[in-house]
Amino acid sequence: MVRGWRYYIDLVWVLTVKEIKVKYKSSVLGYLWSVLHPLSLSLVFYFAVKLVLRIPMENFVPFLVVGLFSWQWFSNSLSSCAVCLLGNASLIKKVLFPRYLIPMSAVLNDLFHFLMSLPVIGFILLLFKIYPSLPWAYGIPLLLLAQFSFTYGLGLMVSAINVFFRDLERFVNIGLNILFYLTPIIYPSRLIPEKIYPYIFLNPLFPLIENWRRLFLEGALDFFLLALSFLWGLGSLCLGLYLFQKFSQRFAEVI
Amino acid sequence: MSEVVIRLREVTKSYPGYSYITSGFKNFVFNLRRALSGIRKRFIVLQDISFEVYRGETVGVIGRNGAGKSTLLGLIAGVIKPDRGQIEVRGRIAPLLELGAGFHPELTGRENIILNGVLLGMTRREVMNKLEQIIEFSELREFIDQPLRTFSSGMIARLGFSVVMHLEADILLVDEVLAVGDSSFQKKCWQKLCELREKGVTILFVSHALDQIEKFCNCVIWIDNHRIRAMGKPSEVVSIYRVESEWK
Repeated sequence: MVRGWRYYIDLVWVLTVKEIKVKYKSSVLGYLWSVLHPLSLSLVFYFAVKLVLRIPMENFVPFLVVGLFSWQWFSNSLSSCAVCLLGNASLIKKVLFPRYLIPMSAVLNDLFHFLMSLPVIGFILLLFKIYPSLPWAYGIPLLLLAQFSFTYGLGLMVSAINVFFRDLERFVNIGLNILFYLTPIIYPSRLIPEKIYPYIFLNPLFPLIENWRRLFLEGALDFFLLALSFLWGLGSLCLGLYLFQKFSQRFAEVI
Repeated sequence: MSEVVIRLREVTKSYPGYSYITSGFKNFVFNLRRALSGIRKRFIVLQDISFEVYRGETVGVIGRNGAGKSTLLGLIAGVIKPDRGQIEVRGRIAPLLELGAGFHPELTGRENIILNGVLLGMTRREVMNKLEQIIEFSELREFIDQPLRTFSSGMIARLGFSVVMHLEADILLVDEVLAVGDSSFQKKCWQKLCELREKGVTILFVSHALDQIEKFCNCVIWIDNHRIRAMGKPSEVVSIYRVESEWK
């Protein structure tokens, strides 16, 4: 069945709206949850890293908040991608529509919550006398696009493989934990020892998180890091779509 | 009765023994030998199935549990892929393989209609235009803005059926879903199916209700032991099937 692009937009729309609605339908605090979690993490790391370990840094709170919120988008997307196909088993078995839209709606759902938390980030920046600047206008969409492509590509792989190998879900959560501490989120990248520093470029999240912080804290976008992010994004998308396409033929019989 | 809308040519479908993989890493490692042979060993569900369905026909599919009837509809719907053989389908399919497939219990009836309608192939605008008709047909107007988890299974079935009936499809695949709902709603569903048939919609119909098949279909396919055992006039095929299943 070939239908126009309008139909695909509608499909993505209803699937994403479903995710968003379902997430908060039966919770009292609703939207606040997507903000409260990273905020409480910020407090914890402020205590542990700034007060106890006494990291030499100014404006540590906005530094943490920007890093943690963008990390949350990536990490939440990936863990929901891991289970998204199993969670939609009846759809996959009984209805024909492009399956790659299911992990996409999972990533878009968390993107929505990230967008909704941008005002909170802006407010915290204001408290520390950091004001919006012009580069935000093009920097935010560019970084959103870069992070979306990388996350979605990885999400496609994770969701497809998890159908056949359900332990992957646990590996994903362990992997996310490891990646969290390997990425300069709760510490600045300049504190990384020189010996190890070159290897940081192997971490696909490093250029993203670093750039989000440059953008929000210094009002500038690093175009080398941005190019690197897009490269990672493209690679991840290609591999993700390829693997997903290969596996998706057999989804209905395994789920 | 001229144009072929569904054509299957020597279609074979088998399922692999995936259980050792999907049951996790530990099971896979500890049962490595059995797991690997499980991947190679496949269970044949349908073998060398060939038939044609013409536009406007109403075809019943009968057979014992596990004979492969649902797999057949799944193949035609395109949800699963055959190992071998070709499947050609012309026109828009409305798969009624499970009532309310993809419904979400936390969403309201109305939200589920929109979600389901789009998933089944309508644009949002098309669903919106038909929303009133669908709600009217389901007779669930007073509950339509309640979350679906408060609905009874019969009510959910009604809602699912109402959405599919308004898809304007060329081919309708119905998998044993008409047994739900109270008798008055069942009657309404049959009326609607007859209406669609009059309009020239092709219907493929899996059921154990032999009386209905005899009355409603103009061709019956009997699947037995993964193959087509017989195909032809409902009265003939059904009567042999009846005799045989009683004898067993």
